[in-house]
Amino acid sequence: MKSNNQNGSQNPAVIEVADLKVRYGDKSALKGVSFDVYRNEILGIIGPAQSGKTTLLKVINRTLEFTPDTTVEGSVRLDGEDISTIGDVYGLRRRIGMVQPLPVGLPLSIYDNVAFAPRTAGVRSKSELDETVERCLQQAALWEEVKDRLSTLGTKLSGGQQQRLTIARALSHQPDILCLDEFSIAVDPITTMRIEDVLKTLQTEMTILLVTNLVQQAKRLANRTAFFLNGDLIEIDATDIIFSENPSEQATYDYVNGTFG
Amino acid sequence: MNTDMPASPQTIFTETEISKHKRWTENVMRIFFLVMTSLMILPLLLIVGYLFYKSLPVLSLEFLFTNPKDNMRAGGLWAPFLGTIYLVVVSLLVSAPIGVFAAVYLNEYARESWFTRIMNLAVVNLAGVPSIVHALFGVGAFVLFAGLGESILAASLTLAIMTLPVIIASTTEALKAVPMSFREACWNLGATRWQTIRRIVIPNSISGILTGVILQVSRAAGETAPIMFTGAVFYKNIAEGNLFAYNITEQCMALSLHLFTISTQVPDVSEGVPYGTAVVLVGSVLLVNAAAIVLRVYLRTRKRW
Repeated sequence: MKSNNQNGSQNPAVIEVADLKVRYGDKSALKGVSFDVYRNEILGIIGPAQSGKTTLLKVINRTLEFTPDTTVEGSVRLDGEDISTIGDVYGLRRRIGMVQPLPVGLPLSIYDNVAFAPRTAGVRSKSELDETVERCLQQAALWEEVKDRLSTLGTKLSGGQQQRLTIARALSHQPDILCLDEFSIAVDPITTMRIEDVLKTLQTEMTILLVTNLVQQAKRLANRTAFFLNGDLIEIDATDIIFSENPSEQATYDYVNGTFG
Repeated sequence: MNTDMPASPQTIFTETEISKHKRWTENVMRIFFLVMTSLMILPLLLIVGYLFYKSLPVLSLEFLFTNPKDNMRAGGLWAPFLGTIYLVVVSLLVSAPIGVFAAVYLNEYARESWFTRIMNLAVVNLAGVPSIVHALFGVGAFVLFAGLGESILAASLTLAIMTLPVIIASTTEALKAVPMSFREACWNLGATRWQTIRRIVIPNSISGILTGVILQVSRAAGETAPIMFTGAVFYKNIAEGNLFAYNITEQCMALSLHLFTISTQVPDVSEGVPYGTAVVLVGSVLLVNAAAIVLRVYLRTRKRW
């Protein structure tokens, strides 16, 4: 594994994952992976189903704790701090924006969806909430479509709009890190392109972990790409190298070029 | 156009033996299910209709608001009617909060463990215990051991024990109907379990929770066995028209027991009175159930996903 990346490596590491092992009961989901994520990079994470990509994201924001019967070994550091001993787990989760595969509009108004996280964190000022809602909906490229109906239900929006609402919501607590888990599964290609543009803009402000089943999406967006397979990190390198004719591992080449198995 | 299509629409849509048979089966099954549904409604209509017809001579507001008289051969229903209201309200004041909060704990907080498995097993089995067994438990636990004596309180607590498992079960169903993805989304936003429950889970399951609780009103009102030995009495004279005529440390009359008494124990009761009692009992239960339906319909129109 080499990481001679031109973009990411000069920036400091935001997330340091060391020998991370995760088991569900006696089934291994991650088998000892180690890698760093650098500030302001987009790290593409690719790999087939059951390779541990979603589990990785759940470890980072510690929502894996809600799944019964899981064991986590190894360490994940966020800005040098071990997340397993972090005092304020809710604060930790607010430092990480999480976007799930299927759009989940909470059964609240569009406004309340975006204001949810600030409110749970204790923000009460109406003007501050107004400002946050507008900023996040702007950032998620949804503001123009919904600014006149902020009081309608988030669940009544179309799938693509709901996914942008989810992104706006993930930005509402001003995270340093944005994790997207196959965000384009339920989204049409045009909306996907719009969200990809949004991500490129957001990269200047935050670090982005992009789990995707579309290898071309990783190629388009990611500075570096990590290839996971059956709970192992096979290879992590600059996206140019992963998608070149000669990545370090044959499996990477096979997966990226669709000749896998 | 379409002149060179391989098969004309006529040949495609001609009925075959198979499709004929399918259509026939479809009709037979539909009628079968319709008949079964009607069979279910028929007894209800007959019972209500018959009771109503037989009780016409006595039914009046006065019947509801005066006490029984002439050794319960005539007069009205005020004492048993108010007694049933007391029993139902006090028992639900106990069982609804405990049941709902227990279900929230089991569904939202508890991890799968031997404790939750035992709790769930207890809920299922308690729901199947015959009411006379609850009655004996009530006598032992509340009347004798807790020293409450035969009283509205002891009878209500016995009814509460009886309705509790069903309220836990119906509340659990209502909570499970809220998609897991909503909870996960909230957790990802840094919300605590309690914030998630208060802002998302409860507001979106409250209609199911309330419906489950309200349906237990009819059970608590209708049962005779659990209250017979714990607090309901054959006859008690109370102030007519006074809603606070009972004291919960004393005994009361109840519609279900009153109906049993005047039908089996008291000779020469005028014919309309037992039927009138039954109509009031069934009528109030139907009224409460109707309220539950209205509430559910209203909350469903506000359903938000």
